[in-house]
Amino acid sequence: MTDFALTTFSSKGKLLQIEYALNAVAKGDTAIGIKAKNGVVLVVEKKQSSILIEESSVQKIALLTDNVAATYAGLGPDFRVLSQQARKLVKKYDLKYQEEIFVQTLSRELAEDVQIATQRGGIRPFGVSILIAGYDEEGPHLVQLDPSGAYYSWKATAIGKQAKNAKAFLEKRYNADMEIEDAINTALLTLKEGFEGQITPTNIEVGVIRDDHVFRILPPSQVKDYLEELE
Amino acid sequence: MSGIFEYNGGSIVGMKGKNCIAMACDRRFGQQMSTITTNYQKVFKIQDNILLALSGLNSDIHTFYALMEKEINLYNLKENRKMKPTTFANLVASALYERRFGPFFVTPIVAGLENGKPILATYDSIGCKSDLDDFQVGGTGGNYIYGACEAFFKPDLSPEELEEVIGQSLVSGCDRDSLSGWGGVVYVLTEQKLTVKILKTKQT
Repeated sequence: MTDFALTTFSSKGKLLQIEYALNAVAKGDTAIGIKAKNGVVLVVEKKQSSILIEESSVQKIALLTDNVAATYAGLGPDFRVLSQQARKLVKKYDLKYQEEIFVQTLSRELAEDVQIATQRGGIRPFGVSILIAGYDEEGPHLVQLDPSGAYYSWKATAIGKQAKNAKAFLEKRYNADMEIEDAINTALLTLKEGFEGQITPTNIEVGVIRDDHVFRILPPSQVKDYLEELE
Repeated sequence: MSGIFEYNGGSIVGMKGKNCIAMACDRRFGQQMSTITTNYQKVFKIQDNILLALSGLNSDIHTFYALMEKEINLYNLKENRKMKPTTFANLVASALYERRFGPFFVTPIVAGLENGKPILATYDSIGCKSDLDDFQVGGTGGNYIYGACEAFFKPDLSPEELEEVIGQSLVSGCDRDSLSGWGGVVYVLTEQKLTVKILKTKQT
């Protein structure tokens, strides 16, 4: 811990550390989220650098609570830390109110922790953008949380390497009347568009929440079925 | 301080009716045998559909109420929505337990209407919550009020009947208890409105 801030303004009014963090995010594996009328889907690339890696041990979609999950683009360990902080936030809220937390509330509280890392002495910003997907009393939500601490609600979005192309693709395909099954197909198609190599049930991760308020990470067998449907 | 809960005196009672709830309290603020004032408020409207009644040490009644007001105001601003009565009931329990080793000397009753459904909860001073189906009492006159409640109460009373029953129970109890009384206030909450009525008790 040092007394002085590491993230300071440049003469142009930019916080370069945050820009550089966003660069780290832009190099990360693509993650896509789509919000449908009756649910939200998260789809993320899980390409491993070596065939020797145990694919099943890598989990890129983290469950934050029964009805909220998150994924990321950028530095894996930073996501691990933030998702654990998020889980604690949820439980703290739960202990106090014994009520299901709203996705917006969770996003805002987590964003506070992310922002602190851009201002407190001696620490660097988080090198991840996070996509939070959940279903609460208000309905389905998809929120993006950036290294700056800014958070945005999206109907559909992508982060990581293929973000730009994927978002262009999504802009054409998205419609507000989409049902969750359409959204899953669209998300997989979008990911497939910019995918390097062959897309398989084990080199991607798919998570879905429907109006039952239960987030489920799909097992490879189910992902296989969806991928086959795309053919 | 023998009987810190008895120092100021006072009684409260809460009841469930058909799509309505009622809360009643006495009006005495005393210091042991002396009566200081006869218009002390012990039932507070936390939100349009939530009432909080507090008995015990008056200083803590006021402080705890202020703390709950602050919590619900911040919640309204942060979450941009009203708090549900069941959520508030849980909040009271955790707020009390937070002071486990230096507690608020109060015994609260929370009553509210959630989507038309009556909610009633009571606690000990360190936050043990009980959800109840009929009625609950608190304060120095509590046990006397219990007797009257058991005799008069029926489930699913209408707002008018509930007002009568809770009023009579409070008055009987307070008339017996030397530390409670000097008037009573009855609150009846329905989906449409909150009515407040002032009752006379034995003026001693």
